[in-house]
Amino acid sequence: MTTTEIKSTISDQNSGAVIENEGLSDNQIEINGSQWLEVATFMKEDPNLSFDQLECITGIDTGDGGSLQSRYNLHSMEHRHKVEIVINHDRKKPIVPSIEQVWRIGDWFERETYDMFGIEYEGHRDLRRILCPDDWEGWPLRKDYEGQDSYHGIVVPKIKEEDGWE
Amino acid sequence: MGVVKADQMILNIGPQHPSTHGVLRLEVMTDGEIVSEIKPHLGYLHRCFEKHSENVTYEQVIPFTDRCDYLASMNSNFGYVVAMEELMEIKVPDRVEYIRVIMGELNRIASHLLALGVYGLDIGAFTPFLYMLRDRERILDMFEYTCGARLLYNYMWVGGVSHDLPKDFEKICIGFLDYFEPQIAEYNNLLTYNKIFVERTADVGVIPSDVAVSYGVSGPNLRGSGVKWDVRKDEPYSIYDRFDFEVPIGSGKFGTLGDCFDRYWVRMLEIKESTKIIRQAIKDLPSGNVHQAIPKKIRPPKGSVYRRTESPRGDLGYYIVSDGSPVPSRVKMRSPAFTALSCLDEVSRGWMISDVIAILGSLDIVLGEIDR
Repeated sequence: MTTTEIKSTISDQNSGAVIENEGLSDNQIEINGSQWLEVATFMKEDPNLSFDQLECITGIDTGDGGSLQSRYNLHSMEHRHKVEIVINHDRKKPIVPSIEQVWRIGDWFERETYDMFGIEYEGHRDLRRILCPDDWEGWPLRKDYEGQDSYHGIVVPKIKEEDGWE
Repeated sequence: MGVVKADQMILNIGPQHPSTHGVLRLEVMTDGEIVSEIKPHLGYLHRCFEKHSENVTYEQVIPFTDRCDYLASMNSNFGYVVAMEELMEIKVPDRVEYIRVIMGELNRIASHLLALGVYGLDIGAFTPFLYMLRDRERILDMFEYTCGARLLYNYMWVGGVSHDLPKDFEKICIGFLDYFEPQIAEYNNLLTYNKIFVERTADVGVIPSDVAVSYGVSGPNLRGSGVKWDVRKDEPYSIYDRFDFEVPIGSGKFGTLGDCFDRYWVRMLEIKESTKIIRQAIKDLPSGNVHQAIPKKIRPPKGSVYRRTESPRGDLGYYIVSDGSPVPSRVKMRSPAFTALSCLDEVSRGWMISDVIAILGSLDIVLGEIDR
């Protein structure tokens, strides 16, 4: 199936789920965040779509105080088609339903994106940091991230513009 | 009398434990000797690869990719440059493609040799490890001869490779293959058909195919569960569609489909397929200039790309976002070992503690790639 066909299949069954966005590339579909869990379940279980593989979840900060995004790369082994789902989050309150129970790998991918961007996946059964320590402050991959000065008494080195590392 | 139930106990394996293949801590909940839950704790080796990448230029990311999967650095480079070339729409000369395939497959053999050798070591077979490291060493020698480095190569560049093949490389490589192919039979005699090894791995840690797919398990681990899926065949990148090779899958040779032995056996068969690819690539190796297509300035157009390639551990994906500047806006690595480790909890439940070591070893994880 092409992206256009996938898009129309989704919007036929889930009204209001697909958001039209001119800025996206050919393989991307933007989905309304609040309906994501239903759409994800539909995409996995519908026999014409049957997206059984969640390849990757990427968090993206569009920068300049813009929105945060989660991008999901999905692939169907049966039909050999793939698609990328884009979901925009409000920067102040980034919350999206968790698809951890649809594709089990979503569990760790969502924990990683939460760790790096602070995007909260509602309904995730064990949402905590995965790569950074549990008591780390801030969301490292956001563009406006400023590292903490010290961590348990250890000074965190910072880059200075002229001299390189402190 | 009721069932005797021993008290629950929490056992910490790692972070400094040889069988965790790096710095990984497993918090194992046990009921007597039986595992009831495993909580892996990652991040001991987190070096902020993705954050670093946002502060250096596109070509400077390549040495970082080396350090992610340090056992298959060529394949890590390969995935990144393939994604970059797709983003920039660069056509790479044929010679470069052939050299990349040769290097990628040689590194796959080296990585699998280490994986198999260390797997034997985990289970208590010391000798095969030495045999396999001996042969891996010869591959590393060839890499050293080509690009000067034995482990972290920075060999593949966007649009080309750093050095052309050195003098007589083809001859050395064929000489190695002639020596190496009969060795596989020796490994099989030493380890594969060893009764103790088979008893420890067959029927242990079965991953059913639907669980494997749902957990994003990929590469030899997925094929061990009987799913015929190989990115080289099913979504060909570079020039893999020109070669004739098989995709080995698990068959439950000594036990159940998808057990530890199947994952081990798939790797062993893959080594053989890799030698076939290298022979074909050397036979057809065209001449040409390997630096010709390297762009002077790397400034990809605005946009994003997700491309996955087949590393020795599975689907290695790079998600690269460009904002039109010489510095990437976002580089995300989807590492196959990360997804493989995530299924450890579900697969290990109900097995003995010693079987957890066998299951973990059969997944062939590299912590450098998991923690990034």
